[in-house]
This record gives sequence, structure tokens and C-alpha cells, in this order.
Amino acid sequence: MSEIKTLTPKDFKSDQEVRWCAGCGDHAVLSSVHRAMAELGYAKENYVVISGIGCSSRFPYYMNTYAFHSIHGRAAPIASGVKTANPELSVWVVTGDGDSMAIGGNHFIHVLRRNIDLNIILLNNQIYGLTKGQYSPTSKLGQITKTSPYGTIEPPFHPCELVIGAQGKFFARSIDNNVKLTTEILLEAEKHKGTSLVEVLQNCVIYNDKTFGYLTDREHKKDRQIVLRHGEPMIFGKDMDKGIILDGLKLKVVKLGEDGLTEKDVLIHDALEPNPIVHLLLGNMNYPDFPIALGVIRSVKADTYEVNLDKQIADVKAASPIKTINDLLHSGNIWKV
Amino acid sequence: MTKKKDTVTELEEVVIRFSGDSGDGMQLTGSLFSDTSALLGNDLVTFPDYPAEIRAPQGTVGGVSGFQVHFGRAQVNTPGDYADVLVAMNPAALKANTKWAKRGATIIIDIDSFTEKNLERAGCVKDPLGQLGFNDFNIIKAPITTLTRESLKGLNLDAKSILRSKNMFALGMVYWLFHRPLEFTQKFLEDKFKKIPIVVEANKIVLKAGYYYAETIEALHPSYSVAPAKIEAGTYRNINGNTATAWGLIAASEKANLPLFLGSYPITPASEILQELSKRKDLGVKTFQAEDEIAGICTAIGASFAGHLAVTTTSGPGLSLKTEATGLAVITELPLVIVNVQRGGPSTGLPTKTEQSDLLQALYGRHGESPLVVLAASSPSDCFKYAFEASKIALEHMTPVILLTDGFLANGSEPWRIPDMDKFPAIKAPIVKEGTEDYQPYQRLDKSMVRGWAVPGTKGLEHRIGGLEKMAVTGSVSYVPENHEVMTYEREEKINRVADVIPDLKVLGDNEGELLMIGWGGTYGHLYTAYRELKKEGVNLSFVHFNYIKPLPKNAHDILKRFKKLLVCELNIGQFANYLRMKFQDLSFQQYNKIQGLPFTVIELKEKIISTLEEK
Repeated sequence: MSEIKTLTPKDFKSDQEVRWCAGCGDHAVLSSVHRAMAELGYAKENYVVISGIGCSSRFPYYMNTYAFHSIHGRAAPIASGVKTANPELSVWVVTGDGDSMAIGGNHFIHVLRRNIDLNIILLNNQIYGLTKGQYSPTSKLGQITKTSPYGTIEPPFHPCELVIGAQGKFFARSIDNNVKLTTEILLEAEKHKGTSLVEVLQNCVIYNDKTFGYLTDREHKKDRQIVLRHGEPMIFGKDMDKGIILDGLKLKVVKLGEDGLTEKDVLIHDALEPNPIVHLLLGNMNYPDFPIALGVIRSVKADTYEVNLDKQIADVKAASPIKTINDLLHSGNIWKV
Repeated sequence: MTKKKDTVTELEEVVIRFSGDSGDGMQLTGSLFSDTSALLGNDLVTFPDYPAEIRAPQGTVGGVSGFQVHFGRAQVNTPGDYADVLVAMNPAALKANTKWAKRGATIIIDIDSFTEKNLERAGCVKDPLGQLGFNDFNIIKAPITTLTRESLKGLNLDAKSILRSKNMFALGMVYWLFHRPLEFTQKFLEDKFKKIPIVVEANKIVLKAGYYYAETIEALHPSYSVAPAKIEAGTYRNINGNTATAWGLIAASEKANLPLFLGSYPITPASEILQELSKRKDLGVKTFQAEDEIAGICTAIGASFAGHLAVTTTSGPGLSLKTEATGLAVITELPLVIVNVQRGGPSTGLPTKTEQSDLLQALYGRHGESPLVVLAASSPSDCFKYAFEASKIALEHMTPVILLTDGFLANGSEPWRIPDMDKFPAIKAPIVKEGTEDYQPYQRLDKSMVRGWAVPGTKGLEHRIGGLEKMAVTGSVSYVPENHEVMTYEREEKINRVADVIPDLKVLGDNEGELLMIGWGGTYGHLYTAYRELKKEGVNLSFVHFNYIKPLPKNAHDILKRFKKLLVCELNIGQFANYLRMKFQDLSFQQYNKIQGLPFTVIELKEKIISTLEEK
């Protein structure tokens, strides 16, 4: 991709009026995407942003790049077609918890399995917003919504588990109000070759307000979040005095200085480890027993679909005597009359 | 090989039906006979008739697999109504196929398979041979299993492999009956089993054993010969509809100078198109076997957005699943070819049988006002032409095009004069070039009302498209009531104007008269043959066949109105007839319909036409 004159986040804003509700977490994510794209330095025409249906899927209209607002659940296959057709493009998918985990669930697992080089931003607000407040596949068990007036009786999906179950190679998590972290993660996601899944915990100010309130609460957030960075020890807390250790096959939060535990006993984050077991444990950490893990949890190198396809085509082309449709028409059993 | 010339009878045309258990290799046997006949210069049409189950319970009627070939010294357009020769490898095959044998036909059976157990499996209460009546047929009871075993005694081959080669015995017999050389088949066996020489040898031994057996036995009638057809000079090959479709798409991609992308999901009877195009990596074709039908079309839409000739292939149930995404291609006005190989429906219906019942779904099976172009191919080989044409219209008019073929065309094969690719036109997609000022995604470029195609990666043409209603010209989202009406009419009119570039409808026979037989799509061969035979018999009949369904050729009404009676013949309960009634409300249409998962027979068509002419 050609590098061009330095672009600023503003260059990626379209002329369309942004129509998300005031206070919606999507505004901040949009801003993170504008920043990340500017920082990556690719020419504008090489970005393609694709979405399905839902509040978050209005995203393409606010991007001054090539963009496609498609149909419910189908952003992943449309993006797969774009990237397979032209691997030179930087292809981004913006989707929501309903779009990708419910109606598009099948595509979600298969795009990860194929490992097509896409950046998928999953805005998870645990609710259906555009249809005005029905529960989603990630809504908490027992949550009261318009379609679960007595509380849901369905256990929710955890995106991280699905990603790892589908052999996903890249999983990261951010939260809408941390624009800096989201931007940092998006840069990592683009640099990673293969399907990068970025879950952004996102507040729906109208239908599911403060669903992540426990996490954003100023007073407690440092005790309830841990930002994982590859190669760094898993230490967190307001006073940076808590750590995560592996206790048998489980994770455990410990207080440093107690029971003779020091920084050296704490787990060092290894995002590059192909074995997904620890990544799964980290991704599944839940409040109140654990802090919620943010940052790049998993980033493992692997072949990508579109590169292998192009390679196979090059190999077959080189070995075949058939170069044109005319050669093909005259191949095999033919006879003259 | 010796031939007794004095006992050879010359025939104009012959229909042979090979039938057996679905594991008996009847499709291969039939194909080998057809290839040999084609190489000798006969014109021919083939049609396989096989069960949906890969291996239905052995010996049952449900598991019978058949392959019919019709070859002759004159033009052949159908696989033939009834067989002159029937090969039945077991009682079930005989039971299932006797109704397809002409009175007086030669029936070759493997008498070894007529055991009590097999008769029971086939559900024959009494000995079917007794029921058949020897006077009606020339039945050759050949001990095929025994003789196959006997002839392979010297080879160190397991019992299963020995039984598997008995189809070659039957083929050998039929070759003798029709004076066919064995060389082409021997060569095929050498290539196919090149890695297992013992199998090559076994099959060759059995093939010859069958040939000599037929020569030796006295029960066989004089042998027959069918002289080569008088067909146009050129280079020929056999082709079936699915392969022709796949190749037509490749040809279009070459003429458009755009890469070909296929997003698809396997489904009977369309899978062979995906399989063939998967092989064609040598021509740069990108195939994407998606996780479902929806992903199949959606990857294609993505590839189309990215500037490729994009295609999705399917059959009825898959077309249903693709409907929402098809609407997306309509509103985004992206080029897309959707090939629907029709089969019997609704639901899973008759997966391996043919029907024309997806016509209205192709035309109207989407929510909203959602117009697109619908074409239908009419013979196995012209699937090439119409796949090319569908691609050309899709690319030049920026629209989805549904190409309807069917199970009969897809699996049927015929010799095909290889076309001269230089005579195919270039395809010019309205790709917008870098540096174009003030690009507006929904600006209509010319009389065709096509919009410009700005492909991601092109500097300065960044734009947004999507499923929401577009503002005319700019393409930005618009909920303006009047604009929706404007855009709805623009989309409809754009498709109507494709009529400006499609060929006129041609009438066979007089331009006016008593009766016009009307057909569309895959029934052409049968309708044409009925027409030709009736004309020969002096019947006053004209015939038109539609390949362009939406829009219809401009002269359609002008032709139809000049006939007193209009008879629409189709394999559904009247979908095209009703479409024509809606379009031409001043005309009155009669219908002839068949919904049995089978093609028309020429005989029943001729009877219907005669009775229609006789009606007051």
C-alpha cells in the first residue's frame, strides 16, 4: 500500500451528520477508528469499511473511505469477498452483538476459522438498540428487556470463547470511553495478518445504560480492569498492588506482599502463545471475582486465506498448459468434423 | 474385430437406456458409449436419471440409476422419449425402466441378478420377465455376473472389484450391437486407472468378453449401425450444461478483462459449476466455498464491490436463501450473476429431477420493488452462450442477472461445435477511472441508465453504498418520499432498457396462423423436435422459444398477437403463461404443463398440439 502525505483523523470523517444518540459509546469508537487510520498512513482509497445492520452498522456513512452498509449479519462474508478479490485493501468490519453473534453467528465463526485478513470491530452493548431494546445473545442472564419482561432465561455468549472456539488468532478487548486504548488496539489489529477480532464494550445510553458502569466507575475502575500488554506482568489496582497468578488450572487474584508473593510470582502476559488456554481464562475473567481483561489478549501468527489462495492460483497457473478460455475449450476429447 | 456385414441394419436414430443399481457404474457406462458415438460423428443428447441418495438400499427400485442416450444420423435435440435398447443390471432396474422401453425394444438383462432375494428387494411379486411378455420385447438374458467372474479368473482380483467391472460387460455387448470400436473406451480406462494397472486390465478383459459374447450368442438380433450425422464442419467436443455454464462465465471474464469470482455453496444439481470453476485456478478463477448459501452470494457481492465479475450458483432452496442479499445487489446496483439450476420443488422437493418452477421466484421473489434481469438457457451447450450473456448484461448494466438453467440441462450433454472466441464481443463495464471529477455514485451515465462503477483502491472516488434507499445522483441515504418513488422507477426502467440490447424473438414456421407453440428455457429440445416432426407431417404450426424473460424481447407482443391460439408449454403449473397474461392482457393463452420432475416427451407434445388444433 502506498504511503502518502500525512492524513489526520479529520480526513477520515465523511460529510454526513452522525446520527447516533448523544452519549452513545459509538461516537468514541468512531473517533478511535479515525485516529487509527490516520496513524497507519495508508492512502484513503485503500481502506474499505463494511457493516451489517444495527446502530453500530451505521458506521460506514461516517467514514470518508470506500464503505458498504450491507444487510443484517452479513458484513463478514461481504468483507471476505472484498478481501479475497483484492488482498491489497485494508478491510474493516463494524458489527454489533446482535449482528455478529445472532443473525450472523455462522459467518462469525467461519471467517475466524478461515483467517481472512480483516479487522472486525464488535461493538458489544448487550442489547438490541436499533429495534429499541430487546435482549441480545450477549445480554446478561436474567436481564430485563422488552422481550424478556421477566428476565432472560438464555445464558449469554462470550465473544472471546467463540473466537477461540473458532480457532481465532487475534482477540482484543477495549471499552468505548478509552479512546487511547481502542486506538492502540486497532493499530495492533491492522498490523496482525489474519482475522483480528476487537470487542469494544459499549454503553447504550438509551436501552442498556451503565451496563458496564461497574467498569467505568471512576473510583473503582482501576481495581476492576486490567490492561494486558505482551511481555508485561499482570499487575493492576489503584495502588498497583494486585496481581494474577495461575493456581492449578485456574487464575487467581492475589495481593502483592501478602503470603510472601512478589511481582515475580505474577503471570507474564504472552499474547503470542499459540495454545489458547490461558487466553481463554483471561478473556473469561469476570467481575466481581476478577478484573475485566482489556488489551490484546491473543495475537498468534498463522497463514491467511487470501494469501494461500493467491499462492495456489500462482502455482496451478505455472503448471497448467491452459492459459486462455480457448485452450480450455480445446482441451480433452475433441474431434473434427 | 469381425463384422458380419450381411446382418447389419442401418438405423436413423437410436435411444439406449442403461440402468442398474446406483453403485453399478451406469453413468460412466452411458457416458463412455456417448463419447464413442460422438467421436464417430453421431449427433446425440444424453440425460442421466439418478436417485438423490448416493447409495440407496441395494437392489431397490429407489436406488436405480439410469443414463439415456439418443444418437442419430440427423439432428438430435432430445435424449429420446423411449428406448430402443434397455440395459437392466438387476430386477429393480428392469421394473423401474420397462415403461421407458419401446414395444419391440431389445432388453439386455443380467440374468444372474434375477435371484429370489433380488426380486424381493425390487418388490416383484412375480417373475417380472414373465409379466413383460416375450412377444413385446427382444429379451437377452445374459449371465453377465458369471461371465465377468469367469473372464477374470486368471487375475488376482478381489470379489468386489470383479463385480464392479460387470458394467463393462454390458457396455461391450452394446458396442457390438451398434458396431462401435472399443479403442476410445480402452484409452479412457488406461488414463483413468493409470495408477492401478490391474483394474485397467480387468476392465479391458471384461469389455472384450461382453463384445465377443454378443457376437457369439444366437439370441441377439442382427446388429445395427447408425451413420454419422450430417453436421456443420468444425471442431467438436461433448459438453454438459453445468460445464458449459462454468466455461461461459470464464469466457465473459476474459472478454471483460476482469477476474472471475465465484461465491457458492454445494447443492444438487448445481455443484458441478462450483467444482469445475474450482479446477480453473489455471485461469485465475477465485472460488470461495462459503459456509452457507447466504455467504455464497454475500462474498460475491463483496467481490463485485471490489471490481470483479462476481457470480453465485445454486438451485431452488439456495435461491430462496439468497433473496435478501439479491435485493442488496439490486439497490446497490452492483453487477452479479446468479445461476439457478432449477430442480423439483417446493422445499427439498426432487433434488435430482428437473422442473421450471422457479421462474416467478426469479422474477418476483424478493421484498420491495426489486427488478433484475432474468435469462434462461435452452440446451446443455447454449448454457455457455447464456452464461456469457448474463455476465455481459450484469457488467454493462450494473445489475444482478438471474440465469435459469435446470437439472435436465445441467446433467444432459451433447456434442458441441467449439465456438470461435474471436467472434464473441468485448464486454465493457462502466468502470470509473482515477481522476474523474465529481464522481456521483448514482449518476446515470447514458441512455441505459447505468451508474458508474468506482472500485475500492481507486484514488479520489471514495464513496459509501448500502441497503438504505439512495438519494438520486449522489447516492447518500435518503428517506425523502418523492425520492423513493423516483429511485423505484429508475431501477425498474433501467432493467426495461436492457430490451434495447437483446435480440428479437424469432418465429419458426409462418409468422401468423392458427397455433403458436410457446416455450422457454430447458424444454427447447423437446419442443423443437415436436415442431419439426409435426411440420414434416404437414401440420400448420409455428414455434417461439424465449431465452430472455425479463425484459422480454421488444417484438414479443407483435409476434404473439398474430396467432389465433397460443399454447404455452412448460414444466410447472403455468408460471410463464401467467407472466405473459400479465404482460399482454389483450391476448389469451392456453397451457400445457407437466410436473413430474421429468422433461416433456415429444410424443405427448405432439398429441397436445394436434388436440389443441382440433379444438374449436
